Amino acid sequence: MSEEESSVKKFMFVNRKAPYGTIYALESLEVVLISAAFDQDVSLAFLDDGVYQLRKGQQTKGIETKNFSPTYRALDGYDVEKLYVEKEALEERGLSEDDLLVDVIVLPRAEMGALMDEQDVVLSF
Amino acid sequence: MLHIINKSPLGNGSFDSCLRVAQGGDILLIEDAVYAATSGTATEDKMREAMKNFKVHVLQPDLEARGMADRLIDGVNSVDYGGFVDLVAASKNCQSWL
Repeated sequence: MSEEESSVKKFMFVNRKAPYGTIYALESLEVVLISAAFDQDVSLAFLDDGVYQLRKGQQTKGIETKNFSPTYRALDGYDVEKLYVEKEALEERGLSEDDLLVDVIVLPRAEMGALMDEQDVVLSF
Repeated sequence: MLHIINKSPLGNGSFDSCLRVAQGGDILLIEDAVYAATSGTATEDKMREAMKNFKVHVLQPDLEARGMADRLIDGVNSVDYGGFVDLVAASKNCQSWL
């Protein structure tokens, strides 16, 4: 294995909070963008209320807060293409893939857990 | 009295605590609690049950920020910041379920 290959690690960002109510969603996004600059194998996982981060149609003018949701669509340009969403979390919230602003891979909870197991580094938000 | 909730009903116990304890009056859903006022969720039935005993309000700017304005449960009253102030002013007292 070359030195370059061995330096690539699997990073997963686990997002479990709704946007705006806390700073977690925005902070996660900031760190994802930083990590993208280091050419790592990056995955984003959206669990529980975290699935709300990807909801279409966010309009934040009324709360005078930056609408950071368009950034999820730009992740593709930073080679961050693996976005996993918990199937059960969507269902509990009456949401489907069509309600989300990016293409995602929907995974049942157990598969999400298995994917988490495979990571070298898990960052929790 | 007025009960103010600001946490998501699926991510936190505040919504359930409020419904267990409060005996009527007004409930105002703000910040992440606005998800409790949306249809299709696992907590919708609980919300509809609560609406029999409470007048339920939701802060519209928080609903819009989260892209959920088109999901509002019928019968929930939408208020702006001025309406928030009016509710507080009109209530004898208020409890924030932080």
